[in-house]
Amino acid sequence: MIVGLIVNPVAGLGGAVALKGSDGPDIQARALALGAVPRAAERAAAALRALRARRPDVLVRTVAGPMGEDSARAAGVPYRLAHRPAATSGGTAGSGATSTGAADTRTAPTGPADTRAAVAALGEVDLLLFAGGDGTARDVLDAAPRPPVLGIPAGVKVYSGCFALSPVAAGATVAGFDGRTVDAEVVDLDEEGHRAGLVGARLYGTLRVPAARERLSGRKTGSSAAPPGSAESIARAVVADMRPGTAYALGPGATTLAVGRALGLALTPLGVDVVRDGALLAPDVTEQRLHAIAMSQVTHGVLSVIGGQGFVIGRGNQQFSPRVLAALAGVVVLATQQKLAALGGRPLLVDSGDPRADAAFEGHVRVVTGHRESVLYRISSASEELS
Amino acid sequence: MAHPYIPNAGPETRAAMLAEIGAPDVAEFYRDIPAELRLDRPLDLPAPYTDEPGLVRHLHGLLARNTHPAELLSFLGHGCYHHHVPAVCDEVNGRGEFLTAYAGEPYEDHGRFQALFEYVSMMAELLEMDVVNVPVYDGYQATGTALRMAARRTGRSKVLVSGAIAADKLAKIRDYLTPDVEVHLAPVADSGEMGEVRLDDTFAALYLETPTVHGVVETRGRELAELAHGVGALLVVGTDPISLGVLAPPASYGADLVCGDIQSLGMHPQYGGGQAGFIASHDDERLVAEFPSRLFGIAPTAVPGEYGFGDVFYDRTSFALREEGKEWVGTAAALWGITAGVYLALMGPQGMREIGETVLARTRYAMRALAAAGAAVRHQEAVHFREFAVEVPDADALLADLHGRGILGGVRLGDREVLVCVTERHSIADIDTLAAAVKDALSALGGAE
Amino acid sequence: MSSHTEPFASLPVTPKPGLRRFHQARWDEEIVFELSRPGRRGVGVPAPDAPLVELPESVARRTPPALPELSQNQVVRHYLRLSQETLGADFNIDVGQGTCTMKYSPKVNDSLVRDPRVAALHPLQPESTVQGVLEIYWRLEQILKEISGMARVSLQPGAGSAAIYANIAMIRAYHASRGEGGQRDQVITTMFSHPSNAACAKVAGYEVITLMPDADGNPDIEALRAAVGPRTAALMITNPEDTGIFNPRIKEFVDLVHEAGGLACYDQANANGILGITRARDAGFDLCHFNLHKTFSTPHACGGPAAGACGVSAALVPFLPGPVVDRVENAGTAAGEPEVYTLTVPERSVGKIRPFLGVTPNVVRAYAWVMALGAEGLREVAETAVLNNNYLLAKVARIPGASVPWADRRRVEQVRYSWQQLTEETGVHSEEIGIRAADFGVHYWTSHHPYVVPEPFTLEPTESYSREDLDEYAAILAHVADEARKDPEFVRNAPYRQTVHRIDPASLDDPAQWSPSWRAYRRKHGGQPQA
Repeated sequence: MIVGLIVNPVAGLGGAVALKGSDGPDIQARALALGAVPRAAERAAAALRALRARRPDVLVRTVAGPMGEDSARAAGVPYRLAHRPAATSGGTAGSGATSTGAADTRTAPTGPADTRAAVAALGEVDLLLFAGGDGTARDVLDAAPRPPVLGIPAGVKVYSGCFALSPVAAGATVAGFDGRTVDAEVVDLDEEGHRAGLVGARLYGTLRVPAARERLSGRKTGSSAAPPGSAESIARAVVADMRPGTAYALGPGATTLAVGRALGLALTPLGVDVVRDGALLAPDVTEQRLHAIAMSQVTHGVLSVIGGQGFVIGRGNQQFSPRVLAALAGVVVLATQQKLAALGGRPLLVDSGDPRADAAFEGHVRVVTGHRESVLYRISSASEELS
Repeated sequence: MAHPYIPNAGPETRAAMLAEIGAPDVAEFYRDIPAELRLDRPLDLPAPYTDEPGLVRHLHGLLARNTHPAELLSFLGHGCYHHHVPAVCDEVNGRGEFLTAYAGEPYEDHGRFQALFEYVSMMAELLEMDVVNVPVYDGYQATGTALRMAARRTGRSKVLVSGAIAADKLAKIRDYLTPDVEVHLAPVADSGEMGEVRLDDTFAALYLETPTVHGVVETRGRELAELAHGVGALLVVGTDPISLGVLAPPASYGADLVCGDIQSLGMHPQYGGGQAGFIASHDDERLVAEFPSRLFGIAPTAVPGEYGFGDVFYDRTSFALREEGKEWVGTAAALWGITAGVYLALMGPQGMREIGETVLARTRYAMRALAAAGAAVRHQEAVHFREFAVEVPDADALLADLHGRGILGGVRLGDREVLVCVTERHSIADIDTLAAAVKDALSALGGAE
Repeated sequence: MSSHTEPFASLPVTPKPGLRRFHQARWDEEIVFELSRPGRRGVGVPAPDAPLVELPESVARRTPPALPELSQNQVVRHYLRLSQETLGADFNIDVGQGTCTMKYSPKVNDSLVRDPRVAALHPLQPESTVQGVLEIYWRLEQILKEISGMARVSLQPGAGSAAIYANIAMIRAYHASRGEGGQRDQVITTMFSHPSNAACAKVAGYEVITLMPDADGNPDIEALRAAVGPRTAALMITNPEDTGIFNPRIKEFVDLVHEAGGLACYDQANANGILGITRARDAGFDLCHFNLHKTFSTPHACGGPAAGACGVSAALVPFLPGPVVDRVENAGTAAGEPEVYTLTVPERSVGKIRPFLGVTPNVVRAYAWVMALGAEGLREVAETAVLNNNYLLAKVARIPGASVPWADRRRVEQVRYSWQQLTEETGVHSEEIGIRAADFGVHYWTSHHPYVVPEPFTLEPTESYSREDLDEYAAILAHVADEARKDPEFVRNAPYRQTVHRIDPASLDDPAQWSPSWRAYRRKHGGQPQA
């Protein structure tokens, strides 16, 4: 098994010094100045150790220096170098240094371009492991990797679905990878806003990750297992409820894309599409166009829950502006029960930009979780909830 | 003294445990229950029998109000049958390991998985179908589920059901299929077999039962299978597996799903407590996806050559074509599945053939004997397995008269119709006794008219 | 500990003083078909003694079924070996199957139901010949009426889920009888109620609305307020829920549903800890159900037969599944004359939930269990079960890596715990901890999906286990958690002391490879074990 490895050596720098993220050279410099100790390299090594314990035959293809090589060496896993980052860290790559982490970050911080270049350079591997946070995941996504990927959580923000629970779990998942994959969302906070006290996740796209390996246990005799509530079953439920002559504005998200598939339509992955009577009425609409449609005919909004924070409005679907929301005849929210469970009791969030429009949503919203089933879930104005 | 079932009931143990927890008393744990919901008095229950002999005496006193089965010659059937239960069946299902296990993993409960896998495997041989589920509650539920499976598989919402099935069973099927699937009834011909049926492409399934509620063996299975398949519907066949040592397995004439009850295969009647249902299909992924209940399969382990077990296609509910059919499953009848496996392993192909031949022969002997005794035997030309219906002037009077002679002569199907059941446990002499009694009773009844 | 599939003998057999050196039976037993030799048989069958029937070609079986051919002692040995390879509740500290109430099933009750006056009774016998069994049904109904406060109880359903289904059928019939059948098309349930509530409601045609827990671990009452309305048919709710938390506002839940015209239905699967403490009807519930195989001790039998009981208020009595057993008034008034019992079908009955009456042997067992305890004994059952639960909670909460969601809440009958901290630390999942625990002769169940509590495990000690048993169970969990920290791979590759080794489930999901029967296995794999 050949596994690609990319480490973002500066991932997670900001967290320990309360900078809420590490994106951008300035922040990274500030973090280092504040005494931050990088941890991505060691976390990547931990994942590789767990992997090698299960798959002694594993071979790592990676990047010279702190972007992977150091971790592979620290873990004692055989590796080949497929790439040397351009200017930044050439000096240390392959130098035989045995230390990892702090020693290597004397070099200039790694940037998004380095991650993207590394994804392209590693080429065909069975699976691509990367250590970092949501920002790193975005960079990997931008490089459009061909193999399936899996994130080793090492950043400050790890809200994307493409990360394993822990480094050890990442190693174990790779070892058990049987070729089956699912799509996982890549979300990221707007760090500017985050530092200013505003939290919001934006959906950037999806990456293919290993499907959770089915476990044998937990199959209780004598129980009706809760239906898995796949995006497909939710989509079929939504389509079954669609009324003739009514327009439906489908926001971005994996579940709404499944609604498109159930209708036999290819929707815009990150945009808002309007469908009516099973046909695409208006693809990838702007706020203005959506408003015009909602004003001229009965239109319902169909929204996914974006990312691990539970945003329904205001992240990645800004087309649903206050005036659009006012014009809609109704809004239906889609999510699997698993996704709601993962919120750990936190409410769904609305941040349309207008506190009065947000207030109209306060309370409970019906979330479709499958055929003939829904959850009434608490929903709050983001500014209210996070203030 | 602590009650024998409650080791920690003694005050000293209680006090020590409370101290370990750091709670003042047990009431502390109940503080979330509001006062107005508390029962402020002891439950008003009969005084208990805390010594075991006293309990046994009390229960035996109640059981003594039942007539001992040895004092009655019974010809009752109609869904629950007095076949012989080999002693080995009772020995195995009485073992504490099987009796008290529940939901362990395929490691600590390997034996449970293997025993159930073997049960479905032996049923699969009898049925000539590769897929059989771990038992559901009973044959009624198995039939309801098989028909829902057919509806999901075909995306249609009507089924045509044999008119020659038990009234209770039909009621249960109707109830279970509401509101997603509409039940239509197929006519019964004078022969006792299914009459001429009309099917079209709105039907999901044709449900044929053989033997019928009247014991009639359906002979037009292949023709009906072709009729169903011609309009894209499935043929679902209800049967009793005990007949399949001699009767053709429904799959051989084109059945897509086969279902029924396995009580005949080693379960005592237990006043209705011995029922368990099965559903079988071919190894067609699209049908396998529609099973709501568990399927057990062989899987390799870390040690080459070792057999492990697990659930086949466990996540299939998410692959099912339509969600209408998400059915509930529950703690159904696994122990009876293990028992039926023991029964089939004891009987083997030879035993199953012999029991089939004996039941067929004695059923026909009984039909002739009762006809000779003056009862009007229905569907005389049809092949019968185990049961047949007779018409009499007054079913209640006849049965009461027979009961007076220590004979439970059959199940009342109507004012003038009685269903008689004969198994391998009835000797020719038993049948002759019944016939003689029926003759006497009928002449007595006739005399009274 | 470099290799993790070594046989038991080479493993350290006393990993920690005090833990049991258990090994599950391993007979390497063949599949029954592999034991077959032509010409053997296990039991004799009566000869026809009458002319054979010649079958028409269309109905005659052409080839004999390929059943195994074994002598009787081979069958006995084979199945007793398989039984030994099964860890029944009789053999272990079975507190890990939380929500299933794996209490001790008294042997005397098993001996009673083997009596021919239970085992050999036909369900359609004349009532006069089964007065004893009918009286037991009637007596158990009176007991369950008193325990629930309900007007009547049906013992027809075959298990808990069947009882839930019966309740849903009654709810449907009740609203239909009032002309509101079409309008009331929603059923409300909660995330920590048994999923059969949602599943049964869906089969019955209802749309199901689920309430999530609030910050205190109770179902969100504000969500309920938002959910109820003219479309509400019923609330179906467990209390205490599967978390073990008793919802103190349950009466408000019931009242809210009643105000909207809906019915309130109580899933009493977790009733063991509140027997004689609080009653369904006193909180205003219209329907409830009990699992006789949980609270009332009947054995779980590898997954059934079980038994269920539905209790209803007076308004719903006409809809009960039938038949029910009535005592004929004044029939046995003369001195020494026994009472007379008869089967009747309630006026607007939803019909039979299963064939015939109920799962009679389990009705007899449950009755005998109550009669061995009485009112005082039942209270002792409840209090001891709750004491045991809190004792185990105190022990488990001290295990590093284990945690208790909503830790500040009291617990009644069971607790849903979490290994999340341990998983984050070691990468070892709750399922894997449970499988390793089986190497010490115990096991546990995680939770229904989805896992609202991450990395869950659910323990319910009931009244049946001693303090030393609970100490042993907690010590095993602590030991395995410790192992996970020291050598996570060792735990992940468990089991080591079971009948078989780690199973590779991949083929079970592949239509080209899966083998749901020996017949399929022969066809796909030539009958050879897979590599």
